[in-house]
Formats: sequence, structure tokens, C-alpha cells
Amino acid sequence: MNILYFLIGCSVFLALIFLLAFFWAMKNGQNDDTYTPSVRILFDDEIPNENKK
Amino acid sequence: MDNLNTQDQTETLTQCFHCGNDCLDEHYHYDEKDFCCIGCQSVYTILSENQLCNYYSYNTNPGKTQDSKAAHYDYLDEPKIAASLLDFSDENVSIITLYIPAIHCSSCLWLLEHLYKINPSIVNSRIDFLKKQVVITFKHKEFSLRELIGMLGAIGYEPVISLQDVVKEQNKVSDRDIIKKIAVAGFCFGNVMLLSFPEYFGMAAFEHQFKTFFGWLNLVFAIPVVFYSGRDYFISAWKNLRNKVLNLDFPLALGIAVMFIRSIYEILSGTGAGFVDTLCGLVFFLLIGKWVQQRTYHHLSFERDYRSYFPVAVTLISEGIEKPIPMDELKVGDRILIRNNEIIPADTILMKGDAVIDFSFVTGESAPVQKVLGEMVYAGGRQINEAIELEVIKPVSQSYLTSLWNNEAFEGKKKKIDTFSDTISRYFSVALLLVAFGSAAFWMFEDSAKAWQSFTAVLIIACPCALALSSPFTLSAVLSIFDKNKFYLKNTAVVEQIARINTLVFDKTGTITAPEGFRISFEGDLSHEEQCMISSLARNSGHPLSRELVKWMKINEYFTVSSYQEIPGKGIEGLVNNKMVRIGSASFINIKTEKKDTGTVYIQIGEHYAGYFSFRQRWRPGLKELFTQLGSKLNMHLLSGDQDSERDFLLPSFPWEDQMHFKQSPQDKLNYISALQQKNNKVMMLGDGLNDAGALKQSDLGIAVTDNINNFSPGCDAILDGAGFVKLPNFIQQAKDAVKVIHISFGISTIYNAVGLFFAVQGLLSPLYAAILMPLSTVTIISFTSIATHMFARKNKLT
Repeated sequence: MNILYFLIGCSVFLALIFLLAFFWAMKNGQNDDTYTPSVRILFDDEIPNENKK
Repeated sequence: MDNLNTQDQTETLTQCFHCGNDCLDEHYHYDEKDFCCIGCQSVYTILSENQLCNYYSYNTNPGKTQDSKAAHYDYLDEPKIAASLLDFSDENVSIITLYIPAIHCSSCLWLLEHLYKINPSIVNSRIDFLKKQVVITFKHKEFSLRELIGMLGAIGYEPVISLQDVVKEQNKVSDRDIIKKIAVAGFCFGNVMLLSFPEYFGMAAFEHQFKTFFGWLNLVFAIPVVFYSGRDYFISAWKNLRNKVLNLDFPLALGIAVMFIRSIYEILSGTGAGFVDTLCGLVFFLLIGKWVQQRTYHHLSFERDYRSYFPVAVTLISEGIEKPIPMDELKVGDRILIRNNEIIPADTILMKGDAVIDFSFVTGESAPVQKVLGEMVYAGGRQINEAIELEVIKPVSQSYLTSLWNNEAFEGKKKKIDTFSDTISRYFSVALLLVAFGSAAFWMFEDSAKAWQSFTAVLIIACPCALALSSPFTLSAVLSIFDKNKFYLKNTAVVEQIARINTLVFDKTGTITAPEGFRISFEGDLSHEEQCMISSLARNSGHPLSRELVKWMKINEYFTVSSYQEIPGKGIEGLVNNKMVRIGSASFINIKTEKKDTGTVYIQIGEHYAGYFSFRQRWRPGLKELFTQLGSKLNMHLLSGDQDSERDFLLPSFPWEDQMHFKQSPQDKLNYISALQQKNNKVMMLGDGLNDAGALKQSDLGIAVTDNINNFSPGCDAILDGAGFVKLPNFIQQAKDAVKVIHISFGISTIYNAVGLFFAVQGLLSPLYAAILMPLSTVTIISFTSIATHMFARKNKLT
């Protein structure tokens, strides 16, 4: 059962990595504007020379 | 005049390709598309030249109408002014954050992020849609700030640049800090729960070696939760204790501290499992409640003052040279130039030019005021005629207008709203301490070991987690419901304040009047031909009253007009059917009239005076029903800065004649409100302009009514969009219901506390009970408050 010490260590370590990843994302400002990207993604890259009359 | 109304309008109006407005008879045609004005057409021209017509493919008519354009940005060339606006600047590039109220749809987003196509010197532009901000990186050597702003103006996205830099102040407010704390608390809570489960389910004999290990690990996780995530509760409790106030943070901090200490003791001495699980959960849920309460659903500024109303710079004339200077460098004795549509920044004397000044935003008087040379002109007015020259006689900070804001009455007096949880927590804390010490004292004589146990158990179990969550969740639900109905509150405490209101004070102009449209009536006699002549002449003018008149007359035949002339601020004249037709003010027509009514337009055809049109502002739709509904429960008052010519028109809908006052100066309004307050009334003030700023601040609850929430509005507690105005009774009822929900959920959480206390005072509280009771009560409260609030919202027709 001593393997439990190792496993718990692993799980805490893994969770810590996710926590740090979240901090990094916060610091990067990824959560500052949660609305605009949802609109931005809908634009086509480029509509080549559309209805030019 | 009735025959005019019955004439059918036969022509169908075309819509402007750019902004979607109806094109009036004289519209512009370009590239097989129709435009309502030259502004819209020029925006289209710029976009089509730069292959940016995608703008029109994402939405139909995405633009805003461009009919008023008169801004000068010369001052942006002054390095000092530019530097104060830029976020960042080095040798090559500059970055600026601009607030652009016109941002409203995906086309706006697309266009503003493709600015580099119009000018390659723009490196990058990024929009924050909800804040209506755009961050632009540009090469300032090739493309100056002035050119950039000018270009934005040219494509219809004119940024707002003001002294009180709204953009930068908004950016400071950030919830990053609290989210980090929630993340840490959540992380620890999850792990601790995992490690505590074996203990709760009971361990086999051979597993007991893990017990100490889990206990120690739990303690390690508790440290960041107490000292990082829960830090604010200790700080706040300590601060309040020093000010001899007991708020809800005191029992919370006490509960956290006691749980932590008891857990350390139990784990170190091996006597128990400790309460780390409950502790982490408590802090986690509390922080979520706090975050919900702080969250804003909109990005409006409620703290605006005169600085955001004034422009950033003003044109100084020294030795015949015009030079823009920053506002705060303006000195007494300076000579300044104010162009059409610019705001007068200080108290001045008119030196040159024909001043017709619109003070509506300052005084509430809707008609423009004419000034003669040498006359004093107060700050805050907007010149609506040719450029004028003025001499400054008082510094900006000491003008009549700014003194309204800096009124001595407000010095050191911050409006503090008493919330239910503040009030209840005073009694709660005292009762809690009494029970804790009482049970400790009782056990002291029986079994001294149990005294410590029951004392700490009481403080742990009575920790008012559910109570602390009921207000934030209820009120923030109300906030988001109000938001959807275009009523924007500064914070959650305002909801409780609305529920206490018993007196309503309305401003007139701009508050209960509709933003556009007039009630037009004609006094006199006109033949059909004469009507056509008037309409033909009026359609040449861009003046709002002329446009309204043309729309109202609905004439389809037009005569040609020759030698047309428009004298700004006075009237228009022209030859129609070989007769001189003149439309304008009394002095323009040269008649003497006893009526000194400003919304009147006189008509002269040939040599004879034909009568006058009177323009009255229209009331907001449903005003009468609104007043009747509100008046049955609340005291109603009406204050207006205008002349009392509207009194008779108002009486049918506002029957409280002795509570209706005209010719009220801003100071009068303020005094009126404080007089009401001295009679123990809770006063809600609804106003719109700067003239109401003092009154809004003085009242218990100041609501700024506006028809475009992005426009300037004075400092207030809430902003109500004109479209939501008729729902006012529903808003008040919803606020009252919300307070009811809070009271009920307080009852529920007290029941939970009582159950817990029953075990606690006997010294029987095991960590398992606490671990079950705390989350259970929390979940109950959160679901009850949100369901109840939304049910009330449906009842109040606010969904």
C-alpha cells in the first residue's frame, strides 16, 4: 500500500500543474475579454473581391 | 390644418445603405446605392476604395448616421496632450486605447480590426466588444495620432476623448485577483475533500498509517486557503472592529480562524480529523459569492463628473495665432476660440461673434440662449452658431458648473447604503458570541474538555456562510434581470435601496420627454398652396425643427425655391412662387408677440404674417399610466428648469399640482431634495442633465435617464435607458420582492444554523456533520434565491 504515497504525490503534482496553467492564462489576459473572440471567429478570412460593381 | 394630417403619404421611403435611416426627399445616390446624407456616402466611398465592403455583408445597414460632423482634432498634435492619451510609445510605434461608443455589431468589429487595409501604418487593432474599446498600435512617424483619430471619425467611429480618462479608469477595475483566490481555494478544496473521504467512511485497521499522512497533507492545503484566499476576511473584520462596527466578515473570519486552529490542534495531537474540509469549502463558496456580487454585466461609468463632459483641449488665441492647449493650462485672461458645436469650458465673457448657446444640459432649459458682446457666458453651454471668441474670467475648476459638483454639502460625506446583511450581522455576531460563551461556561463546570469543544463547535457551525451568500446571489440575479431590461445599476446595494424608496422626484426635459419628435400645432389659417410653399422652403434647411416640420406636413408637391438663405439661430427665407416666405423666430419675422415661448416658429408669406407653429416636446409613451401607477403608492414630485408654459399640458397626467415646480435652478433642485429628506423621506431622483447632477448626488438614489447609454450622463447610482422608462413600477416591485427573497433565505439559513447549534452546544459536533451541513445549506440557498428571484421577475414581467 505504500504505492499510495507515490500516487497521491503524482495527483497533487498534476493538479498543481493545472493550477499554474490557469494562473498563466489569467496573467496573459485570456479571461479579460470573453465575448469578442466568439464574434471574431465567425469572420471569413477574406472574401475575394466581392460584389464590386 | 386637419387636411394636412389626412393626406396620405404616397412615396415609399428608401433606406440609407449605410445607416438604415429613412432617406428624406433629397438623398444621395452613389454606386447604385442610396444614402441619407453626404456623411454616410463618404464613409461608403472610403470603405469601397479600400476593398472593405465586407463591412456591409455581415449586417444590413451597420453604420450610424453621419449627419453631424464638426470636430477639430488639432490639439492632438500637441506632444503633451498626445502623451497623456497614449498607453505606450517608443521610437517607432505607439499604442492607444480608445473608447468608441458607436461599436455595436459584428461589422464594426470586422472593420475596426481591418484598419490596416485603409492605412498600412496601422500595425494592429483589437476590439474589446463589450467595453466598446479598441486598442490600436500604429507607427506614429508615418501616421500621427491626429490623422488616426480623423480617419476613425471619417469612417464613422469617432472615439470619445475626455479629460477624465474613462478608458484608463475602467481598465483598473479587474477581477483577476479574486479569481486567483477562488482558483487556489477550489484547488485546495478538491484535494482536501479527496483526502478526507477515507476518514468519513471509516478506515480499516491496516489503513491507519495513512491517517496522519492525510491529516498533515490537509493542513498543508489549508495554509494557502486561510492566508491567501481568506486573507481579506481577516483584514476587513479587523478594520471594522477598529471602527467599532460588527459586519458579517467578523463571524466569518472568526469561523475560519477557529476551524484552522482546532484542525491544527486535532491533527497534531492525533485526537481527530479536523475541519479542513469544511474550512476550504467555506472559503471557496464565500469567494464565489463575493465574485458574483462584484461582477458587472456592463461597462458603464457611474462616476463621471464635469471632467468627462469637457473636451481635452481648447483653442487659445494668443497674438492672433490659434493654438490648442490642454484644458488644465487654461488661465484667467486667456482668449479662447469656440467653434460651432464645441463646449464652453470655463466662465467667460463674450468678446467677438454671435453667440447662441444651448444650455439644455446644464440648466434643463431647452431653448438656446442668445448672448451679446460683453455678456457673461457660463461654462457648460454648447455654441450652436458660428465660431466665437471668449475671454476666461474664472479658472475651469471654479466655474459655476464645476461648483455644482464640488458642492460643500458633499465634502467628506459618502453615500453609504445600509444593506440588510450589514444590519442583521450586528445582531448575529452578538448572538453568536453569547451562545458560544454560554455553552462554554455551562460545560466548564461539568466537563472542562467539552467546554473547549463546544465553544469552537458553535463558532464553526454558526459561521454564516449561507447568510453571506443569500444577498449576493439574490441581488446579482436582480442586477442581471434589470440589465436585460435596460436598467443598469452601479452595484448590488442599489437594489435594496430601491426597495426603500417612498418619494419620487422627476426632472422634466429629457427625463419624461421623448428624445425626438414634437407635438406640432398651428395657429392661423393657411391655404393648401401656402402650406406647399412653407414645406418647399423648409425642406431646404437641415435645422431639426425644419425637418420635423416637413415630416409633419406631409406635402408631396414642391415649388422651386430661389434666393434661399438660412440665418443660423434665427430662421430661413426664400422666394417661392414669387413670394418671399420667411420662417423663423419672432425677431426674425419682426413681429411683436407677448408669448415668450421658445418652441414657436413664425411664418411670414409675402408681406403678411400668417401664424405660427408651436413645437412641444412629446412625452414618453405611457407616461400617464406610469404616473397613475406610481402615484398610488409613492409621493410624486416634478422639478423643471424650464418656464412653466408646459404646466397645463402636464396636469392631466401629473395631477399633483402643488408638487410640480418650474424654473428650478440646479441649486433649487438640490435644496428641494434635502428638504424632502429632512421629513424622513427616502427620495429617488430621476434626471438626465448636468443641472440634475447635484440633486442626483443628494438624493438617496439618483437615476440618470438617457436615451443613449453611451452618451455622457452625470454621476449617479443607476442609469436607466429611455426604452426601459415605462417599466419603472416593475423595477421597484422587483426590488421589493428581492428583499423579500433575502429575508426568506435568511430564515432558511437560520434553521440550518439552529440544527447545527443543537449538536454543537452538546459538544457532539463531528467533522462529518459540518462537512455535510455547510455545503447542503449553501446549495439550498443558492438554488432558492436564483429560482425565487426569477419567478418574481416573471411575475413582474421583467423577463
